Amino acid sequence: MDKKNNHDYLSAIQERFGSEVLAHEESFGMLNVELTPSKIHDAIAWLQADQELSVNYLTNIAGVHYPEALGREFAVVYQLHSWKNNIRLRIKGYLPKENLHIASITDLFDGANWMERETYDFFGIQFDGHPDLRRILNMDDMDYFPMRKEYVLEDATREDKDDRFFGRNNIEQ
Amino acid sequence: MGKIEDLETINGEGYQLTTLDKAIALARANSVWPLPFATSCCGIEFMATMGSAYDLSRFGMERMSFTPRQADLLIVAGTISKKLGPVLKRVYEQMAEPKWVLSVGACASSGGIFDTYSVLQGIDRIIPVDVYVPGCPPRPEQIIEGVMNIHELVKKESNRRRYSEEYKHLLESYQIEIDNGQEK
Amino acid sequence: MSQETKETILSPDPANIATINFGPTHPSTHGIFQNILKVDGEKIISSEQTVGYIHRAFEKLAERRPYNQITPITDRLNYCSSPINNIGWEMTVEKLLGVEIPKRVQYMRVIIMELARIADHLICNSVIGVDAGALTSFFYPFSEREKIYELYEELSGARLTTNMGRIGGFERDFNPVFHQKLQSFLKTFPKAFEEFDSMLARNRIFMDRTKGAGPISAERALSYSFSGPNLRATGVDYDVRLMNPYSSYEDFDFIVPVGVNGDTYDRFMVRQEEIRQSLRIIEQAYKNLPEGDYKADLPDFYLPPKAEVYNNMEALIYHFKIIMGETELPVGEVYHAVEGGNGELGYYLISDGGRTPYRLQFRRPCFIYYQAYPEMIKGMPISDAVLTLSSINVIAGELDA
Repeated sequence: MDKKNNHDYLSAIQERFGSEVLAHEESFGMLNVELTPSKIHDAIAWLQADQELSVNYLTNIAGVHYPEALGREFAVVYQLHSWKNNIRLRIKGYLPKENLHIASITDLFDGANWMERETYDFFGIQFDGHPDLRRILNMDDMDYFPMRKEYVLEDATREDKDDRFFGRNNIEQ
Repeated sequence: MGKIEDLETINGEGYQLTTLDKAIALARANSVWPLPFATSCCGIEFMATMGSAYDLSRFGMERMSFTPRQADLLIVAGTISKKLGPVLKRVYEQMAEPKWVLSVGACASSGGIFDTYSVLQGIDRIIPVDVYVPGCPPRPEQIIEGVMNIHELVKKESNRRRYSEEYKHLLESYQIEIDNGQEK
Repeated sequence: MSQETKETILSPDPANIATINFGPTHPSTHGIFQNILKVDGEKIISSEQTVGYIHRAFEKLAERRPYNQITPITDRLNYCSSPINNIGWEMTVEKLLGVEIPKRVQYMRVIIMELARIADHLICNSVIGVDAGALTSFFYPFSEREKIYELYEELSGARLTTNMGRIGGFERDFNPVFHQKLQSFLKTFPKAFEEFDSMLARNRIFMDRTKGAGPISAERALSYSFSGPNLRATGVDYDVRLMNPYSSYEDFDFIVPVGVNGDTYDRFMVRQEEIRQSLRIIEQAYKNLPEGDYKADLPDFYLPPKAEVYNNMEALIYHFKIIMGETELPVGEVYHAVEGGNGELGYYLISDGGRTPYRLQFRRPCFIYYQAYPEMIKGMPISDAVLTLSSINVIAGELDA
């Protein structure tokens, strides 16, 4: 049996989801597919259940912040892997900053639980249907989402470093 | 254990006369029970220090005390995040007097390369530290050197230091309640 | 008496459930992990982990650092096997740049990465021994492990956080002392390792303690996105080195050991066998080590030697450009995975062409599989929970990033 390639995956997804596929590209050998955020859960469920495509492994979930892209400030990136065909696949959904909601995929992969909590912790993206969406790495009483681009990296309480010598004055502008 | 090297001692054949302070300090210095509060990379180097090649047991320190109640020396090896800070302070408070603190590695001493929102910039912000060991992570030889410096401190420390006003002020500045067995 | 206390007295729980705090500082956690256990006597009914105690903001930090300054961060991910993390990151950047790496560098990398894997597995397995009550199995392999550190020292000057390699290759070639030390390591280590193996592998007490402790089925492990030795112990032969060979792993002959039950004993045995396979790989790579340069021709990223910087205009310009981060970079998204000590260690890099990554996410295997821990220890006695924790080899630096 021939193994399926990126192209087969793309045409299968396009056939199934049609106009919900907003963009696609192949970057460094890996297929990137942008879908309407509300369809991502269905798409992953379908990819997982399909015998031919058999996307059986959730590699990771990442959040990305693009403060300049109006209406699509936040991206949720799902990296999936089909062992049968040895295809790695990236599914993306862009969310506007006013409505950071996307369906949780914890019902499909148990491992998504902490990955989604981490993404929430860093970016404040709400995963609807997540059993226990709390902060995971940072302290519970933290009042901001540190990985967003507008927040500084450095510890604010530090006094012994002269900002001028560390090039910090203009980092955040 | 060796002799007490001091001008005030009187040495004779098979005996030595000195002050109680110094005799106790000598005994203490050679039986320090460490509590390894090892969090990250430095913890692995601390394991190597405990291991067969470097062998910290030579200095009467093979007995790791994982309960703070029976520990003399708190060895903080590794990054302490702000989330972990209260835990560390609690551990320090639970230790009985007299107690010493060895800060191993750049992270514990100053935050190291992690000048980030989540990392405590040096444990001396929450507990008093006696000896700092630089390095990221320090080599086992450096950790041993730090321990030797702690031993020197222990040997020189007066029995009364923990009751002194100075010490009280120090702990007050860290908002740690002093518990030296005296009636309040 | 308040209503609440009355109720507890009137309806005593027949199970006598107690809540205990396992960690954050606990002798057997080997790092800072907190587990809140609900126990009935010795039996664990449920548990909940708290993580993030050494969260150091690696991903945010990486957004502020030029590409060649990220290796110190990757060092501190899984600090038991830092060279794998370093080299994985370098390969990610090389994938983005699309450079061809000389065969010699690839083989050198394989040698170093497999040494790191041995060091990683050795620390995990000896600590399983400690938690089962056998301290000899910690002291004995540790003196062998020191020899791996000495090899790192010859190549990088550091023992633990090695900052190994550069984008495009290595900072220096294997020197004669390295060759001599590696040869003697390959001669003496297998014997010492087999002695260590004989202390535990067929030890009746050890087997009784570890068999059936903290098992997980292959289906559940896959659903939790397990990878590495912990997944292989359940019987799934997923290994990034075979699935997506990198750095010429396809040239070497090795097997991927798998377990059956996914319990502590299987995890121990899988790691033991992986150490033997790593040795085989090192022997093959060292025997066939190609001649050639120890670095790729990559002047935009690879710092020129100091002597040239002082005497040669071109080298000075490159030096300046690298230090100031003024190199043009391709725009794109790369995912590169290597088989780390604990499983698939992935780097998801988004480059916007700037001097620092726009976003760099680490796929940290520990973080992902540690969430299955409550399921693995449910119904087990507390002593088995300790063994399970050490056998899944959770490294705090990798867990909390």
